Amino acid sequence: MEFNTEKARNEIRKFIVDSYLLGDESIKFTDSDSFMRRGIIDSMGILELTAFLEQQFSITVADSEMLPTNLDSVENLIGFIKSKSGS
Amino acid sequence: MKFNKDILKLDAARVTDQLCETIRRQIRDDLKKSGAVVGISGGIDSTVVSALCARALGPERVLGIMMPEQESSGESERLARELAAQFGFEAIKEDITGGLAGLGCYEKRDEAIKQLFPEYDKTYKCKITIPENILTKDTFNFFHLMIQKPGGEPKTKRMTPGVYAQVVAASNLKQRLRMTTLYYHAEKRNWAVAGTGNKDEHMQGFFVKYGDGGADFKPIAHLYKIQVYQLAEYLGVPKDIISRIPTTDTYSAGSTQEEFFFGLDFFRMDMLWHAMETNVPAAETAAVLGLSVQEVEHGYAHIARKIRATEPLRMQPLEINLGA
Repeated sequence: MEFNTEKARNEIRKFIVDSYLLGDESIKFTDSDSFMRRGIIDSMGILELTAFLEQQFSITVADSEMLPTNLDSVENLIGFIKSKSGS
Repeated sequence: MKFNKDILKLDAARVTDQLCETIRRQIRDDLKKSGAVVGISGGIDSTVVSALCARALGPERVLGIMMPEQESSGESERLARELAAQFGFEAIKEDITGGLAGLGCYEKRDEAIKQLFPEYDKTYKCKITIPENILTKDTFNFFHLMIQKPGGEPKTKRMTPGVYAQVVAASNLKQRLRMTTLYYHAEKRNWAVAGTGNKDEHMQGFFVKYGDGGADFKPIAHLYKIQVYQLAEYLGVPKDIISRIPTTDTYSAGSTQEEFFFGLDFFRMDMLWHAMETNVPAAETAAVLGLSVQEVEHGYAHIARKIRATEPLRMQPLEINLGA
């Protein structure tokens, strides 16, 4: 099945807003904003985000993949999930 | 001064005098107390703090308290007693095992561990570890749980958020009960509780809020770990305390601070950190420390991220001020 980038973006953004911004959609962050630098997610948040990815997108995140280049923005997450999904 | 390998060397005599003067002033003028209570573990930080307090206030105004529990290393008590004897202050022991059991510390922690390892029981030892070398990759902090049956092979799994949070919350009861114990003895004497965290612990968040982070004064919270060692040498701390590998003394399998939290030896951690704080270009730091520029950049990023992520631990309770 072809990877649906827009659907993934919406799911990720919803998870971030619900989990870390008290559901407040008026708080703006771009797809390239670093979660850590913006203070949106801390190290506990990274564990939660990883668990979310594994469950929502049926992928396994290896220890060696726990990197900011894979996980630290909406953009990076989409690229990472895409590469894991083989699309 | 140009960045060099000796940049964190202290004038230990001068710094000791300054610290002692400040401790005296803080205890007497700011806190209005007449002595200090220090939790002593036989580790380098609590040793230096208790030695400084004994020198500043007189040993008769210092009480060292050992607070072992059923999973503590027996070595801690021996070293703590040696320390108290050397610096001449009274040391007492408060075993907190019963209190922790009453709070459900062991039970709640084990319940979480069994979610990852159903075979886990009381005969196993366990510990939490982080990625081994933070310099080779710009990696996030994540946590593994290791369990080991006596004589068996260690088993390791990455912790899920729920398991991690419950294991840490249960284990933190140890530090919080120790803080409560220290305040009992301090209040009974109208003395102050000394915090024993160094700069590495304080700024990178390696402490439990209202646990070992709960104290009236923190005399070494501005000093890098490698500077604490320099003071220890100057103060004449016993060699077996100085040479002991720093541990958390929290997890039954004996976790070093490096594998549990810092991910790097203290010399490189502190030098990298100082370089970052003083805006030394990565290339210059790399040349002095014998690292690649990329390793230095990873180190800078890791330290900065940790300081940022642990900011809430250092906050005072937030108050709301809506004006008059």
